[in-house]
Amino acid sequence: MNFDFSEEQKQIKDQARKFLSEKCSTKTVRALYNGAGGSDAALWRQIAEMGWMGTAIPEEFGGLGLGYLELCVVAEELGRALAPVPFSSTVYLFAEALIAAGSDEQKKRLLPKVASGELIGTFARAEGPGAVLPKTIRATLKGGKLSGTKTAVTDGMEADFAVVLARGSDDAGERGLQLALVDLKAKGVERRAIGSLDPSRPAADIAFEGANAEALGKLGEGWQNAERVLQHAAVLTAFEQVGGADVCLAMAKDYAMQRYAFGRPIASFQAIKHKLADMYVNNELARSNAYYGAWALSTGARELPLAAAAARVSATQAFDYAAKENIQTHGGIGFTWEADCHFYYKRSRQLGLALGPQRAWKDKLVGELERSNA
Amino acid sequence: MDFEDSPEEAQFRAEARAWLEGHAKPKIKREASDPLDERSDPAAMKRAREWQKIKADKGYARITWPKGMGGIGGTPMQAIIFGQEESKFDVPAGSAFAIGLGMCIPTVMAYCNDAVKARYVKPAVEGAEIWCQLFSEPAGGSDVAALKTRAVKDGDTWTINGSKIWTTGAQFSDYGLLLTRTDPNVPKHKGLTMFYLSMKQPGVDVRPIKQASGASGFNEIFFTDVKIPDSQRVGEVGQGWQVALTTLMHERLAVGGGQGGGLDVAQLMQLARTLELEDGPAIKNAAVREKIADWYVRSAGLKYTTLRTMTALSRGQQPGPEASIAKIVVASKLQDISAFAMELEGEAGVATGEDAPMHGAFQMGWLSAPGLRIAGGTDEILRNIIAERVLGLPQDVRVDKDVPFNKVPAGK
Ligand SMILES: Cc1cc2nc3c(=O)[nH]c(=O)nc-3n(C[C@H](O)[C@H](O)[C@H](O)COP(=O)(O)OP(=O)(O)OC[C@H]3O[C@@H](n4cnc5c(N)ncnc54)[C@H](O)[C@@H]3O)c2cc1C
Repeated sequence: MNFDFSEEQKQIKDQARKFLSEKCSTKTVRALYNGAGGSDAALWRQIAEMGWMGTAIPEEFGGLGLGYLELCVVAEELGRALAPVPFSSTVYLFAEALIAAGSDEQKKRLLPKVASGELIGTFARAEGPGAVLPKTIRATLKGGKLSGTKTAVTDGMEADFAVVLARGSDDAGERGLQLALVDLKAKGVERRAIGSLDPSRPAADIAFEGANAEALGKLGEGWQNAERVLQHAAVLTAFEQVGGADVCLAMAKDYAMQRYAFGRPIASFQAIKHKLADMYVNNELARSNAYYGAWALSTGARELPLAAAAARVSATQAFDYAAKENIQTHGGIGFTWEADCHFYYKRSRQLGLALGPQRAWKDKLVGELERSNA
Repeated sequence: MDFEDSPEEAQFRAEARAWLEGHAKPKIKREASDPLDERSDPAAMKRAREWQKIKADKGYARITWPKGMGGIGGTPMQAIIFGQEESKFDVPAGSAFAIGLGMCIPTVMAYCNDAVKARYVKPAVEGAEIWCQLFSEPAGGSDVAALKTRAVKDGDTWTINGSKIWTTGAQFSDYGLLLTRTDPNVPKHKGLTMFYLSMKQPGVDVRPIKQASGASGFNEIFFTDVKIPDSQRVGEVGQGWQVALTTLMHERLAVGGGQGGGLDVAQLMQLARTLELEDGPAIKNAAVREKIADWYVRSAGLKYTTLRTMTALSRGQQPGPEASIAKIVVASKLQDISAFAMELEGEAGVATGEDAPMHGAFQMGWLSAPGLRIAGGTDEILRNIIAERVLGLPQDVRVDKDVPFNKVPAGK
């Protein structure tokens, strides 16, 4: 039995933690909250120098060619640090879409730029509120031209390129779908920054009006390709969520030990102790589910769809609970702009929604269980 | 990261499997038998004892124990591997021996002299003698150190008076590990002493208690002028609490994993496939699917947490604190899944046994779940333990700390 990260992987994690604790405190996040929001460009460059974007990108495409397990440990640290950089959009989604569906030529052209940090990418699926289903995708890719609108695209303003789920034929169902690769600086692309729940993870609405775009993968496979990319991203994001949830528990604990009420530390009240014990249980379950997701991702196991959904749901629940109960444990100070608690509260929802809500993942999870038991 | 055995583990697994193939038949039906049935059915009990003896002779009954004591001096990982392989064979569950071998005998082994060990370890590990744990009393379960059963010394003999309650399997037991109060004038943790005694001796009156579930797993025990020699003391006089902590540590490991009567998401899905709801098949209902997913991630999370614990053992490390979360998760999940399944069954859910869907599995689970949330540390006590020992939060304010036991406030 060897269900853990290796010593080398733990070393990468330790280095990442050390690096981020020097370069990315919550002051970095606060500066964005107090300014115009968005990402920290300097941090992005420093991360690029560390080579993190290329962790799982094969060497032939300019990456480090390490693997998904190494990327998972980095993700956990980025999550702990609330790193305000377009890492998930670029690495978990855009690069993964290229790796999953791109031609050799497309990979050669773009992945090295992702690995070096020159290129910011994103992934656009939703066109409005409510469920994202094959029939809700109206954007079209015809004759190399992309038209339609995508909403709440994370890092949409800063991204250079996007992978867009679009309709490549007149078929109104899943068979008509295809992924499109588009240069967001091209003509016919109109972007508008929208308010974001988490100002350090900005979002945009993007309108395409006959913008030049190329197909990424085959017609009819767009939905499946998108699902596959989402599964990869779900596992990696689960590590960010687990990292964030663990910080919330540590913050709640530290505060509860030092804050006195009724002549004793609030950490000695059972209502607080049991809350923190529940956080601990949730976080451990989420971590274990994330590990299994990491295993499935790194080995390309056929359990990946189930493992990814379980990692996603478990980590979303753990981070949501830890973030809101961290505020509760802090009392009034926890509800202020001055305290850091709200950064985690907002990040937990941002991460919990950006790849699709729990409802959708739970439905997928049970679908996988139905298939495996049938 | 993988789930493979190390070469040594693989070799041990192969040896264990080969031995099992030579001594047992593969399991055909994967159904758990009711552990209480095993104890109250003499034929089943006979089979359980025979199988225990066969394993003890080979050293597979308690793999981590020394050779000649039912073990091979093996690693915890080997014990887990044997358990995994054994579960694939049609052999008795041996639940009657769990408390004795899981808690009482390890305590005896830690505190008693060689003569006592030579007398009691082997018969217990071979299934010839059954032990029970006599800790809880009407005056104290969570607060077990508040117990009142008195042991008074005269020469070399102790006289026991008092009563115990909730003692699982006492009606089938030969021996018991007994926690008593020997000095009521000192603070409660300091006046306790541990003994072992025969459950068959004069003055020991065992009365089964009917549980809310209808079964009688536990008992009330009355001690009237029961005489035991000082040689049956386990640990020093006044040291009973430290000795009890050894037992309770083993209890937590034993109660921790795997319980829940085999009822989980798979059974809930099986039910949901067969039922129609207001808007179609239950398995297609969004609310049902959300619930299934919620419980699945808890079950899976626990399963993979166990694999993380095993990884630590496999690497020769101490498992981390994550091992302590199992019972909190399992017990309430059993209760919630059962209740929800009965919701799906609707009016028909009030039926039990063969009259209910799926042979009444959910009704049975729901009826036994409250006990699982209490036995071996309540949900609340386990949360206290996680908060204090894992997270390092302060203990509760204690009003009984430095007060002599007989001055501590007590309810009626
Ligand atoms: C099926 C079953 C089998 C058992 N088998 C055995 C056995 O073999 N041997 C044996 O010795 N005992 C056995 N027990 C007893 C068991 O250990 C006790 O029932 C348990 O520890 C609770 O004690 P109690 O019943 O006195 O409840 P109490 O301790 O009175 O608890 C009542 C309620 O108060 C809560 N409470 C108590 N203290 C605290 C606190 N500090 N903080 C927060 N809440 C608190 C509890 O969580 C519970 O909700 C068994 C019990 C059951 C149900």
